[in-house]
Amino acid sequence: MPHKTFFWFFFPTGLAMILFIGLPIVSSFFQSLHIENQQILMEVENCDPFGCTTNVRVDVEATEKLKEENPLGRFNGFGTYLDRNHLAFDEIGEAWSASSSIGEFKDIVLNLPFYKALLFTLTFCFAVTPPVIFFGFIVALSINTLTKRLKGLIVFGTILPMIVTPLIGSLVLFWMIDSQGIIGASIKILLGDPNLSLKSSSTLTWITLIIYGIWHNTPFAFIVFYAALQTVPQDPIEAALIDGASRFQRVRYIVIPHLYPVATFIMLICLMDNFRVFEPIIGFSAEGVAQSLSWMIYQDLRNENKMLFGSAGATSMLTIIGIAILLTPVLLRTWKEFRTER
Amino acid sequence: MKKIIIALMLSFMTSGAFAGSHTPCGPTEGSINILANEFNTYRIFMDEVKSCAGSDVDFSVTHSVDHNKLQVAALSANPSEFSAKLVTNGSITPLMNDGLLRPLDDLIAKYNPNLNDNQKISIDGKIYAVAFMANAQHLWYRESILDELGIPVPSTYEEVIAAAQKIKDSGKMANPYAGAFKSGWNLGQEFVNMYLGHGGEFFKSGTAQPNVNNEKGVAALNVIKSLTELSNPDFLTQDTNAVKEEWESGNVALMHVWNSGASSLLDDEGDQAIRADTRLAPSPSVGGGSIPATTLWWDGIAIATNTSDENAEASFRALVGAASSAELANNYADATVWLIKDYKGGNTAGPVVDAASRGASPYPSFPHMSLLHGALSTELVEFLQGNESAEKALADVEAAYIAKATEQGFL
Repeated sequence: MPHKTFFWFFFPTGLAMILFIGLPIVSSFFQSLHIENQQILMEVENCDPFGCTTNVRVDVEATEKLKEENPLGRFNGFGTYLDRNHLAFDEIGEAWSASSSIGEFKDIVLNLPFYKALLFTLTFCFAVTPPVIFFGFIVALSINTLTKRLKGLIVFGTILPMIVTPLIGSLVLFWMIDSQGIIGASIKILLGDPNLSLKSSSTLTWITLIIYGIWHNTPFAFIVFYAALQTVPQDPIEAALIDGASRFQRVRYIVIPHLYPVATFIMLICLMDNFRVFEPIIGFSAEGVAQSLSWMIYQDLRNENKMLFGSAGATSMLTIIGIAILLTPVLLRTWKEFRTER
Repeated sequence: MKKIIIALMLSFMTSGAFAGSHTPCGPTEGSINILANEFNTYRIFMDEVKSCAGSDVDFSVTHSVDHNKLQVAALSANPSEFSAKLVTNGSITPLMNDGLLRPLDDLIAKYNPNLNDNQKISIDGKIYAVAFMANAQHLWYRESILDELGIPVPSTYEEVIAAAQKIKDSGKMANPYAGAFKSGWNLGQEFVNMYLGHGGEFFKSGTAQPNVNNEKGVAALNVIKSLTELSNPDFLTQDTNAVKEEWESGNVALMHVWNSGASSLLDDEGDQAIRADTRLAPSPSVGGGSIPATTLWWDGIAIATNTSDENAEASFRALVGAASSAELANNYADATVWLIKDYKGGNTAGPVVDAASRGASPYPSFPHMSLLHGALSTELVEFLQGNESAEKALADVEAAYIAKATEQGFL
């Protein structure tokens, strides 16, 4: 395609990307460099049903005036990125000199909010993605062998987990794993431990979230694999049959190599999706034991009485960098393959 | 403190022979859109507001347990999403910090509603809210279970723990105690109660520097830990409404929840045997202190700054109509402790009056309190799961608070 044609072909998409993706990122970045103006406090007398007290309150007028002068707030450079709720370099430095063993150092670092969230986010990503690809492939292979009549119905049933809104899906599961819910109670009876609670132990909560993640994401992998399976050429398969190849050998040596690029694609999307895991944490009320980077942004914007824009902006930037780092190996590989093919 | 008791008592005792003659109900223009917390007493109050608003104006109300998180953003917009907000002494501070509530002096002067003086919440000489009920968390117990095991009603948390242990050991209940320990605002509130009960101060005096990592903080956390060990193992996911459900299912014999819970716990729905067995008791003291480990709250109405004068006036008339309706208060005398004029008093007010008389403090109204409460909400979880020491958890609370308060410009 000539460059000029390509330019005009790509122009509308590029413009939309700059407007709706590029500019918001730049604006979040600027916001993340700023913190709120100084709050000016004054003493006042408050009276309520419990009596009158002298108290401090924010001097709204004076603070408002500061805000007009500096609508973005005070410039803080990368201060927010480095504070305890984000990269916390100071705290890590202190931990390094204060701790006597690697284990102790690790405990201190993983207790810092950002690293705690990063650990869960990465664990979730890497625990969910491979099973999703595996199960998606198995399900696609099995359904592909069904008779035409059954296929439609089974395909619909299989993609249901993806159709259900994540928040609703996780809420339903949350109630089922309650110590009096059907799954929770059954596990209690099976293991013979009346005090077992899936919600109170952090390990069990993590496992629950990961199983939910696999359940929710598998249909996506399945549907892509299923579509790709329809493109597998029949000639080599027939040839292999004549040569006496078993079903396993046919899948291993013909189908899998053919689907390999598709698997890379699924992995890419899954990693990206799972890196911003959020809804299940809310649905399972798991905030206490499992926090993700997206949840941190939500916490800054929703769970405080006042929105911490700078903090949320900084976490967003770090999330973007995280996704970029995570995807680099896959992208590099795809690029290399692309080059060799040419 | 005496003044408080007198004020509270007065609002119960004033015998109202005649009430409601000039309620300022009946707005004829504008629209009313209210944001409020979600619990039964508020629903009762809102029914009255709605009937007050009449059919001439648009009326809508949003009940949400997340009202605290929504309010600042929703009222900051201009025009604001809501024309009015039901506030408490906790949730009014962030709104005041940003100047999102309008003074009501003009409207009160214009309509002269029938209010007690202690209903008028004044800040720096201006009235910003009209209170209609008082609330506090206190102890609830199942009489038959305590009687059967020969346990006297506990008056300290040490006794509560011993009593719950005894019930557990008797095999009657696996998890006899319940409190709203859900990670988030509820868990923070449990610490606030317990820390104040130990006589703690949240900030170094005169500054916004946190002051919770001390002996009193550690003691408070240890009491909370002992209580959670006698609670449902899912305690970190249970908010007040979930605890009330546990109570109504008969799984719990002792709990520390809001007085306003009476309106749903003592109503005609649910297991009447449990209802008949439910008793209210004063909030226990803790650690040898004399004051109960709880906080006093008022709930009131407030009007948004960023709404049109027309909507503000309509909202004020409907809301203040309900907040001055002796009929509402006396029809639902047991639903809560109404502060409304000519309220004759109900059967459930005792523990709140008791808390006030024994010197419980109101929830702190520092402008930076909500940030500390937020830090408490998330940083105490690991201690309660046994993964962290109390000192470490409190150090984390202070560090998390300092980072946020710095960003917000308080430090």
